[in-house]
Amino acid sequence: MAKIIVVTSGKGGVGKTTTSASFATGLAKRGHKTVVIDFDVGLRNLDLIMGCERRVVYDFVNVIQGEASLVQALIKDKRVDTLNILPASQTRDKDALTQAGVERVLNELRETHDYIICDSPAGIETGAIMALYYADEAIVVTNPEVSSVRDSDRILGILQAKSKRALEGADPIKEHLLITRYDPTRVHHGEMLSIEDITDLLGISLIGVIPESQSVLQASNSGIPVVLDDKSDSGLAYQDVVARFLGEDRQMRFVEMEKKGFLKRLFGT
Amino acid sequence: MTLLNYLLGRRKKTATVAKERLQIILAREHADRDGPDYLPDLKKDILEVVAKYVTIDMDRIQVNLDKNGDIDILELNIILPDKQPEQQKVAVHS
Repeated sequence: MAKIIVVTSGKGGVGKTTTSASFATGLAKRGHKTVVIDFDVGLRNLDLIMGCERRVVYDFVNVIQGEASLVQALIKDKRVDTLNILPASQTRDKDALTQAGVERVLNELRETHDYIICDSPAGIETGAIMALYYADEAIVVTNPEVSSVRDSDRILGILQAKSKRALEGADPIKEHLLITRYDPTRVHHGEMLSIEDITDLLGISLIGVIPESQSVLQASNSGIPVVLDDKSDSGLAYQDVVARFLGEDRQMRFVEMEKKGFLKRLFGT
Repeated sequence: MTLLNYLLGRRKKTATVAKERLQIILAREHADRDGPDYLPDLKKDILEVVAKYVTIDMDRIQVNLDKNGDIDILELNIILPDKQPEQQKVAVHS
């Protein structure tokens, strides 16, 4: 039985699409048949982050409206052969997603995949609700910053009240906290909320911490999910997230301030 | 310790300020979220009734829902204007 995982946050710009791309790619690289769906209708971006923007012919809305088959719309990743991408429509508006249509597509995807990753749009409107409605598990992406923490708390409330599992009284959605853009040095100086602060406030279990890193922008510039970059702290941190999700025990890395040696202090990094 | 910090001119770290502010606002939002569905409408109706008899400044009204054991207490704090500067308290027990 395929598992549906929503990547959500409420607030925009915290790293949902980056996380969806890397998480899906990481799962697929481990041999799991994975599909990642862009729910941000009208503001498609997952295709760019995955580097397949020029291969988009049909999209999620075309499939919902019966204008294309799922096979026609799915884009097979060129790097990892167990990975598919279902892009969002760039021209329609968010009301083009109907609940029945989304359910039909998800059910069809379930038959051929192990994991279905739903990349949620920002906000708490139709697109975001559709993305989380059928979820079995949720990755809540949070920056160590007041507005992001508040919005994550809000989205947790929605997961617990408006999802299919909540409305039908089934087992609740399993919630995972992913902290992104974490800067241990600023935390050390008392300028940034710490991991403990955020887990205290949100009260859900931590699946990973992605350090603030230049490699994330470099990866998105090139259309390569950062998880594939073995030389980057962020890439390795995403690999750890995937491993923890699959049940492995991995210590948190890159969460302590790097102690600079004398020469580094003198000449910078 | 606080006194020492004060004397040394140390400010509270902004991360601590952020956490404290979030604790307060999240607690308030949870209370709203977990409250009964009719609460916002009830608040609105009560305020309209009060407004029929006295001119009130909407900023000078506080509505809180508290739990005291098995009893929910809806507390309205309305500061009446001019001649009656003292607070009048209306408590509705449900």
